[in-house]
Amino acid sequence: MSIFVNKETKLLVQGITGREGQFHTRQCVEYGTQVVAGVTPGKAGQKMDDVPVFNTVKDAVSATGANCSMIFVPPPFAADAIMEAVDAEIELIVAITEGIPVMDMMKVKNFMAGKNSRLIGPNCPGIITPGECKIGIMPGPIHQPGGPIGVVSRSGTLTYEVVHQLTGKGIGQTTCIGIGGDPVNGTNFIDCLSAFQDDPDTKGIVMVGEIGGTAEEEAADFIAANVNKPVVGFIAGLTAPPGRRMGHAGAIVSGGSGTAQGKIEAMKAGGIHVCENLGQLGDICAQVF
Amino acid sequence: MKIHEYQAKELFTKYGVPIPNGGVAFSTEEACSVADTLGGYPVVVKAQIHAGGRGKGGGVKLAGGADEVKTNADDILGMTLVTHQTGPEGRLVKKVLVEQGLNIASELYLSILPDRATAKNIIMASEAGGMDIEAVAADTPEKIIKVLVDPLTGLQAYHCREVAFGLNLPAEAMKPFFKLLTSLYRMFCDYDCSLVEINPLVLTAENDVIALDAKVDVDSNALFRHKDILEYRDLDEEDPLEVEASNYNLNYINLDGNVGNMVNGAGLAMATMDIIKMAGADPANFLDVGGGASAEMVENGFRIILSDPNVKGILINIFGGILRCDVLATGVVEAAKKTNIAVPVVVRMEGTNVEEGRRILAESGLNLITAVDLKDAAEKVAEIVA
Repeated sequence: MSIFVNKETKLLVQGITGREGQFHTRQCVEYGTQVVAGVTPGKAGQKMDDVPVFNTVKDAVSATGANCSMIFVPPPFAADAIMEAVDAEIELIVAITEGIPVMDMMKVKNFMAGKNSRLIGPNCPGIITPGECKIGIMPGPIHQPGGPIGVVSRSGTLTYEVVHQLTGKGIGQTTCIGIGGDPVNGTNFIDCLSAFQDDPDTKGIVMVGEIGGTAEEEAADFIAANVNKPVVGFIAGLTAPPGRRMGHAGAIVSGGSGTAQGKIEAMKAGGIHVCENLGQLGDICAQVF
Repeated sequence: MKIHEYQAKELFTKYGVPIPNGGVAFSTEEACSVADTLGGYPVVVKAQIHAGGRGKGGGVKLAGGADEVKTNADDILGMTLVTHQTGPEGRLVKKVLVEQGLNIASELYLSILPDRATAKNIIMASEAGGMDIEAVAADTPEKIIKVLVDPLTGLQAYHCREVAFGLNLPAEAMKPFFKLLTSLYRMFCDYDCSLVEINPLVLTAENDVIALDAKVDVDSNALFRHKDILEYRDLDEEDPLEVEASNYNLNYINLDGNVGNMVNGAGLAMATMDIIKMAGADPANFLDVGGGASAEMVENGFRIILSDPNVKGILINIFGGILRCDVLATGVVEAAKKTNIAVPVVVRMEGTNVEEGRRILAESGLNLITAVDLKDAAEKVAEIVA
């Protein structure tokens, strides 16, 4: 078992003919993901390797039955691409694009209210169910199939580091999700925690947060009330200066809120096993799980 | 991206948001001639830097006559203004805004910003204007009015009424306030602002509402559609090394410590800074070379880290995904050969093609210290700078 994606997932790629789109589509195919279609407006009838390309998401869905989309469209056009996928009733939309204006994402978020699509990202590495399906830009081989741990994170390479340490200790993963480093995103910590709690194969969860916003604090409250599986948590940015954006658009301590210290305290209060030194994360997981 | 008060007020004028008469000046002579055109005294001379708290730091002064304008402009231009937002090193003031004094009845607070938790725009207003709004929010939260606006449907008349009645505005001031808020909201959306703040918004004895101050931040991700805002960029307000890094699309922030570090990915870069601190040293910077960094970017990153004279050791932490370890290793070797690195460099890498990467480093003949994992890396570099 896993959450959100598995070997049945049929993927289409928006922006498949671009440099990034091509490269990562090939990586996903190589990992075993069923990539059934690509979308690049004006390039219908072409193929990217063996993958047929369509003009619109609706065309791609009706011809192939795709139920998931991975988006590599550049920032000025990315919000439009997400809304096109929502309108075509794609179940899961994974937006990799970094640098989408906040105003665009706020419109997307309000547009999606009440609709059935789930958005992961933007500005994220994607989602992987090891051994079954990789949708995103993460390196496949560091993952270990079969579970029992679910991973959810706001970061990219930091997640790879965490997964690598888990695998190094012989601890496999059910599903690993990067929810993205932007201030306004789709799927949040609570959505993932709730899905991991309901997944019988997931026996424990690693949650990786960072400075900025209040998502970790809300997640900690949710865990205290609703999650009975063990959770190991890590927060990046203890040494980040206030008022500065640390690479991710959402990683900023402003007016004393969003600090790493505050998040760590909230997580401890929520019963989460907090790892304060990233170098020890694998050891702590080996103890807890 | 931050812009100056006088630039924000240019945008206000474009949208019909009332501001006091005035103009920017780069010298005392200019300040005096701007004051002359305002048709009377008092006037206010305001330092233009990208930081709040200017008044408390002595950067805002009232002048009752032409002589005082000259004295004030002389004092403020060229001063190093220290406020709670500049840090102890302060900022050199190179320009002032000279404005007409107003007949103030009361000072209000008004701002618009995107609320990340609800994905709505939030209008904040308060009768307690002219003060530090964070202090007002902490001490007397009931004095702050918050109205959420759906970005899809935009500002409605009832939003304006809610704010205006909440501010207890006199009946005569309602209409001008509605017009101001409507214009301000339109500007906020048109320019992808991450903050528009007027503190204070002045209610005059004549029941006019006028933006005495103006703070506008624009979403850096949206600058591709606001070329006019890019022209407002003031390099004097930025750290020179950060300016250089931005020219190479590197995400660099200069800090006070002595361990330079280069990492791929923002989250891992923050975590690397943290682990340096835990090992007993202090990070000299934040540097995210990105997921798809080239050998050239690695080289530029190296040069920028080394331009900081405080750096006594460097930690490179790369988790190879898209950026393969062999590419990184080649970049490090090239950069080391070209830049004549005089401080010890600890390299920790993991991920795609790591064996090949390690081989390239080992055979380079360079004095690079390799670390087996992140903890080992941080301890090794902390030992070097201790």
